[in-house]
Amino acid sequence: MKVLVTGGSSLLGRTVAEQLRDRGEEVFLLQRRAGAPGFAEHLGDVADPATVIAAVAGKEAVIHVAARVGITGSWDEFAKTNIEGTENLLIAALAEGVSRFVHISSPSVAHHGRALVGIDAEPAEPELARGHYAKSKAQAELLALRANSDSFPVVVLRPHLIWGPGDTQLVGRIVARARAGRLATVGTGAALIDTTYISNAADAVVAALDRAPQLRGRAFVVTNGQPRPVAEVIAKIVTAAGLQPPSLRVPYRAAHFGGKVVERVWDRTGRDDDPPMTSFLAEQLATAHWFDQRETRRALQWAPAVSLDEGFQKLADWFSRQSTAEPH
Amino acid sequence: MVSPSPIAAASLPPAGLEGLDAKWSRLVTALDSREVERRWHVLDNRVAKPRITLVCVHGNPTWSYLWRSVLAAAPRDVRVVAVDHLDMGFSERTGQTRRLGQRIDDLDTVIGALGINSPVVVVAHDWGGPISLGWAGRHRSRLAGVVLMNTAVHQPAGSPTPRLIRMARSPGILETLCTRTTGFIKGTVRLSKKHIQRPVRAAYLAPYTTAARRRAIATFVADIPLEADHPSSPALDDVAASLACMDDLPALLLWGSSDPVFSDLYLRDLAQRLPGAAVHRYPQASHLLPEEVDVATPIFRWLETLDEGAGGYSAPVSGQPLWAAIERRHEDDAVAVAEMKGAEMVRSVSFAELAAAVAATAGGMAAAGIRRGDRVALLVPPGVDLTVCLYACWRLGAVVVIADAGLGPRGMTQALESAAPSYLIGVRRAILAARSLRWPGKRISVDSVGTQARRALGIWKTLDELEELGREAPMPEPPGADDVAIVAFTSGATGPAKGVTYRHHQARANRDAIAALYAITEEDRLVAAFGPFALYGAALGITSVVPDMEITSPGTLTATALAGAAAAVDATLVFASPAALRNIVATAHNLTPQLHNALSSTRLLMSAGAPVPARLLREVAKIVPNAELHTPYGMTEVLPVADISLTEIESVGTGDGVCVGRPVAGVEVAISPLDADGNATGPLTIDPEVVGEVCIRAAHVKDEYDKLWVTQQASAHPVGWHRSGDVGHLDDAGCLWIEGRLIHVIKTAAGVVTPVAIEHAAEGVAGVAQAAAVGIGPAGTQQVILVLVPDVPPRRAGLADFALADAVRGAIPVEVAAVLAVAGLPVDKRHNSKINRPQLSQWAASVLAGNRIERL
Repeated sequence: MKVLVTGGSSLLGRTVAEQLRDRGEEVFLLQRRAGAPGFAEHLGDVADPATVIAAVAGKEAVIHVAARVGITGSWDEFAKTNIEGTENLLIAALAEGVSRFVHISSPSVAHHGRALVGIDAEPAEPELARGHYAKSKAQAELLALRANSDSFPVVVLRPHLIWGPGDTQLVGRIVARARAGRLATVGTGAALIDTTYISNAADAVVAALDRAPQLRGRAFVVTNGQPRPVAEVIAKIVTAAGLQPPSLRVPYRAAHFGGKVVERVWDRTGRDDDPPMTSFLAEQLATAHWFDQRETRRALQWAPAVSLDEGFQKLADWFSRQSTAEPH
Repeated sequence: MVSPSPIAAASLPPAGLEGLDAKWSRLVTALDSREVERRWHVLDNRVAKPRITLVCVHGNPTWSYLWRSVLAAAPRDVRVVAVDHLDMGFSERTGQTRRLGQRIDDLDTVIGALGINSPVVVVAHDWGGPISLGWAGRHRSRLAGVVLMNTAVHQPAGSPTPRLIRMARSPGILETLCTRTTGFIKGTVRLSKKHIQRPVRAAYLAPYTTAARRRAIATFVADIPLEADHPSSPALDDVAASLACMDDLPALLLWGSSDPVFSDLYLRDLAQRLPGAAVHRYPQASHLLPEEVDVATPIFRWLETLDEGAGGYSAPVSGQPLWAAIERRHEDDAVAVAEMKGAEMVRSVSFAELAAAVAATAGGMAAAGIRRGDRVALLVPPGVDLTVCLYACWRLGAVVVIADAGLGPRGMTQALESAAPSYLIGVRRAILAARSLRWPGKRISVDSVGTQARRALGIWKTLDELEELGREAPMPEPPGADDVAIVAFTSGATGPAKGVTYRHHQARANRDAIAALYAITEEDRLVAAFGPFALYGAALGITSVVPDMEITSPGTLTATALAGAAAAVDATLVFASPAALRNIVATAHNLTPQLHNALSSTRLLMSAGAPVPARLLREVAKIVPNAELHTPYGMTEVLPVADISLTEIESVGTGDGVCVGRPVAGVEVAISPLDADGNATGPLTIDPEVVGEVCIRAAHVKDEYDKLWVTQQASAHPVGWHRSGDVGHLDDAGCLWIEGRLIHVIKTAAGVVTPVAIEHAAEGVAGVAQAAAVGIGPAGTQQVILVLVPDVPPRRAGLADFALADAVRGAIPVEVAAVLAVAGLPVDKRHNSKINRPQLSQWAASVLAGNRIERL
């Protein structure tokens, strides 16, 4: 099967591509910059219709991973990549007669700021979602589900907090902060959060691709199904990197308020580096979000192969190989 | 035929009322008793050829909407109709004042027009009660039963009429409250203890949008015959009188006991008029019962029992009455009951004296007017007086109500309001509490009192007076084996205390089970420091001595007091609670060699009432060197179920849960397996290693939960079995292992998890003093949380040290989401040992949602 994977430079995009290639699929990547030896690459932006049409041509399946992530940037930037980019892919795939479309979304599309405790995938709500990223992803998900039909099966997966060796988002940021001595526990650190080890997330994407005709039109949250207190997750990641867990504590209210101030400063000054705190991040770090995985596992006929503990071991091994390769 | 145009015609309700199916609504036309054509709005699920038809009758100021949950839950072969009275709901506004007699006629008319061919059960609430019972009196042959909720047919003599109704009736208020405004409707809905959602509140108001449409609400209130000369009084008296001919009628009384209008007073009145009634009190619910609790499930369950008939399990009845041993030894001068103060015996009676006192007191009670079946609360600490009162009541056939003072004033009030005794026998402190907390029952003082105190405390008689009265009085006929003997209240450690009734044959079987289990003969002499078994001392025909202790807190029993009591009668048996044992161990160093020696003739020590740790028993063994140490397993509803000795505890080792031993002779134990949702739905099995709810069958299982019919139904199936609410399994050797409470089972996505075994595993980890496992999150996808008390308690509760958390996870075979550390676990006040898991789970859920950590 000829499969196009967008966002091939991301950890998830790359891992999915590798898994599909390893089982004999013909995999193509769409990404902005070259750098994936062993794959046929289309270079360009998903927001550019011409690039997308060219990339989708001749493909039987599309896995749409590419997205603008992060907590800084204007609404227009998020909307362009996440909403227009998704629309471009859907139109091109429909026109091309692609037979399966897996759209990667985020649990934040249905998160209104309250604690999420053992819930299943609720409908995406752009009006209530918090922040540009979640709002734009919510609209994109609705577009994808609306495009679904018997002849064009669309499945939406919402993996929650992917991490693993090579992850520059969650792991990379936490470790960088820990190294800089800027890592603090927000609130009590006891909020239970679900996370997803990278290969489990990739397995789930492949399962969704395989079962797309049966699962069409549905959205699933994907996690390891092993929620842990947020402070414990962070401590395990930091420990895997050979560092000390944070001893700093910031009360939730302070973090939330500080985050609002920081957002305003970044907004006014137009900085686009990562701010130390935003109100959204404070909320994410201090409220529970864990999910009911029963229906996801039943429908996808998938279960995580790597447990949290095994994942943290793999992460530690990877860090120790890294440090041998390039000592700090 | 005359057809004056009505003030407003009947109509269908507007679309979209919360929970109301538009298909149910219909308009029914018929000639009323004055030959005038009228139209009613009726809800009708239109079942063709029903097995039975429920006719549901609302009160004031509601309408048939009140019954929507009953229509929605009806089985396929049950027709449910709910009528709007004329001038009420969406029925016609006649513009006339319709009194009770007319309303009964109207109900007769509309039921006639509905074409009902099956037997009828009337279901009524509030003033729907008298109206529907009026109809019932006229149609006894068609009637299969009645279901009544918060209603009345009679104002009991000497009791005040409901204040709220008197207020509503006062001139000036009536019109404003009922007609000019929607105050009465809103107020009725607002009486509820539960918050009623806005769309439901709006639905109750829907038929009463204008003052003209509300007129009947005022006339309805005005029609309540509070006074004897009220025009509707004769009609109400007729209804009450007609119940006398229906005393064999199957009835279900569902009652919100927090109702400020129809209080328990009216429940008692109705229960007396309908002696066969199944009664369920909801202590927390108020007037608008169908909005506060699920009434539909009990109603349809009760309909099933009408078809099932009585039948079921009949246990072998043992012959000896409870007072037989006292009568047998009526010439014996041996000590029957003794009381201690320190190491001194301060009071005692011989069997001869006890027999005489019991006979005289029973006779005196009868002469004073206490009848067989009357309820008598005994608020007397263990000792001579309690023994006399208890056996006198039993001999007379009065039902004793026993509520442990350990329940506290609030719990005692709830228990006594529920049991509603006609008499209350108490020591001075109990009489004082009864006076100030308005406990029900004519007060009988154990202590003699002066005239002033007598009046101040409202004392009816003293125990001495009754005994005196009885010296000349003839002995009453003894009760039968089937008469109720006792209402005993559960500890209340796991919810509000429930009354548990035993009939005489069940209490006899209970006595015989204890005698057989511990091979008790009249040669034995007992130190009774454990309430429930102490009651049976005289029934067992043995000498009992009550040691010096504060009875409400067993932890006050010292080793010296225990040994002193043992020395006084040369005791062979000691019954004590674990809390008492703990203090005995702690104070053992005070024992003189002589007192220590007094405990050497004890052959058996039994401890019950809460889990008894083996290490505690091992400590106790040093103090009573020649005694076998036993701990029975059981509950207020059936005790003993199983029994295990310290030797056996040591030999079975560890496993999933706590081994409580083999079922005792005459007791069958079976397991009802758990399904994936953690409910015990499986058929009973005795296969080993199957985990489920522990079910028990024995001749000494309770008769029923008092005035808790719904609870009784849930606890007693299959027929004859008692569902204990405990989860456990049987092993290959037939021993029973308890793994926790059914409500504490954790329902994870991977299956159900019982807490006790994983708690033991966690407590085996170095650095952990105590552990409790709870579930958080929705059932079916719950996460297991361990809450620890570390050896070094944390200054602030929160996440456990990560290394400790990992060690605990490593010791437990199931997935643990989080490990929390606290300085102490919340326990029930009563036993000071049962972990309050619901509270703990709520706290853990809040902490792990990311909230500020509240004090536990």
